Amino acid sequence: MRNMFSQTLFECASENPDIYIVVADISPAGPMMDFQTNHPDRFINVGVAEQTMIGMCAGLALKGCQPFAYTIATFTLYRPFEMVRDDLGYQNLPVTIVGMGAGVIYSTLGGTHHTMEDVAVASAIPNMRVLAPCDPAELVEATRYCAYQKEGPVYLRIGKAGEPTFTDTAVDKFEFGKIRYIQKGTDVCILAYGTIMAKAMEVAKELEAKGKSVSVVSAHTIKPLDRPGIEAALNGHDQVIVIEDHVPEGGLSSRVKQIAWDVQAKCKLHTFTLKDEFIHNYGSQDDLLAAHGISVPLILEQVA
Amino acid sequence: MTATEQNAFDVAAAKDRCKRHRKRILDMTQYVTALHVGGAFSSTEIVDCIYYNLMRPGSNGNPVGDDAPDTFLMSKGHGYMIQVMLLVDLGILTEEHLRGYCTPHGILGVHPDYGNPGIEASTGSLGHGMGMALGMAYAEKTRGTNGTIYTVMSDGEVQEGSTWEATLMASSLGVSNLVAFIDNNNMQSATFTTDTHPSFYPVVEKYEAFGWEAVEVDGHDSEAIFNAVQSRSGDKPLLVNCKTTKGKGVSYMESVPMWHYRSPDPEEYKQAIREIDEAN
Repeated sequence: MRNMFSQTLFECASENPDIYIVVADISPAGPMMDFQTNHPDRFINVGVAEQTMIGMCAGLALKGCQPFAYTIATFTLYRPFEMVRDDLGYQNLPVTIVGMGAGVIYSTLGGTHHTMEDVAVASAIPNMRVLAPCDPAELVEATRYCAYQKEGPVYLRIGKAGEPTFTDTAVDKFEFGKIRYIQKGTDVCILAYGTIMAKAMEVAKELEAKGKSVSVVSAHTIKPLDRPGIEAALNGHDQVIVIEDHVPEGGLSSRVKQIAWDVQAKCKLHTFTLKDEFIHNYGSQDDLLAAHGISVPLILEQVA
Repeated sequence: MTATEQNAFDVAAAKDRCKRHRKRILDMTQYVTALHVGGAFSSTEIVDCIYYNLMRPGSNGNPVGDDAPDTFLMSKGHGYMIQVMLLVDLGILTEEHLRGYCTPHGILGVHPDYGNPGIEASTGSLGHGMGMALGMAYAEKTRGTNGTIYTVMSDGEVQEGSTWEATLMASSLGVSNLVAFIDNNNMQSATFTTDTHPSFYPVVEKYEAFGWEAVEVDGHDSEAIFNAVQSRSGDKPLLVNCKTTKGKGVSYMESVPMWHYRSPDPEEYKQAIREIDEAN
């Protein structure tokens, strides 16, 4: 995903001279190197200085630029939180904060590198929009949206490398602020966002093998959440499953539960999130997710 | 609107303006209590000099406006009241705005809000101005518009790590169109900065070590502030360490911590006006 992001942003920057990228200690490789080589003035590496990364982006935006801040997800929001809130949120500036390797993708680097609460933290800030595309193709659309919008700040939650594509045959097109059906069924609806979509697709296959008709939805715009779309999903299926690599508080699951209560939804509702606990064990991303109850067998145990 | 003065420095005019600013702030203390008087008085000559003598005018002769080339960002948000008075002087804000200060029908609060006339960034939380000023200066430089960004920080604010991050980055990027002032009044809230952080001194050498050009002046000498900026070499960001007195111009306020955020009573007010009128 990070290469697809860099490639897309490089293309956008070649069209739009307002685009700048401010990175915090990221070594440019592949398409990011192309950006730096072709637009050296618009590629800024502030080093290990995330507060300056956000502050500079605010200053650039105040002068009419369209800046992107980019580093490992955990360092984009937590360290410079007040700059994100005051400089970007309060002033409502069109800056995109790109959180790369969100969730527990950095599975062997320990809890300091896990991004488990970013959706809650970013969503809590007025004016902030939150986008989490589920595959590289959707990331291209999301990046292009961010490269031209002038409405305000966006937190763009992305993966790292090797993510498969799910949306090339999607039922719906990408539209900011709308949930997107990748496939449409009648019995079960699985809602997910970001790279955890891989698990959602596997669960869908297993349920289909048991004779269920399954919808899979990319809720790529977590804020503003497509409330009518979520209501329709709750009312249009017997069973709704939410899967996210995020703590229970302030993510998609809690929002969907809230909406389900508001509309007195009749469907069964199952939510799978990371626990409200830091992760002290190591292994692959799948190992860490499984330790918190997110694996295809564990999900099927609950829902099948 | 008073015309912006360029190059020729008129000491008497600067003194008259600064007396007027201080008296207007004192006038406001008589109907609102939410005012940082002390810190506004220590920044008076600095902010006046920036707007009247350093920022270049736009096509309408005003240093604030759509096509005015330079930008002022008040990093020391609690010094906002002096910026407000300059914006009134320049016709950007009005007496009507002042009457609405901190009221439900007004747009002005205690700290600068982006979106209000003449306000280039929201501040109030310390340590944000240098990063934003750097981004602005870098945009001006790389887009060929070449405006100069002026910012005023408090000496307490320089304790923020974010200030030093951006200070280091400014010189690393070779941003020469950035001029930062420290309103060095040696006070922060209720304590003396020399007590809290004796290691902050000497200031000029620290900035030089960080790759800046740096100079120290009497922050109540408008001509000295002006000359410090005019005589810079211009190939590095510039830091002007302004030695100032909190509450400058009113004897009972000067360097007395409680005047950080307090309004004088009617008798104190009269005395303050008298002292400012009678000063040289």
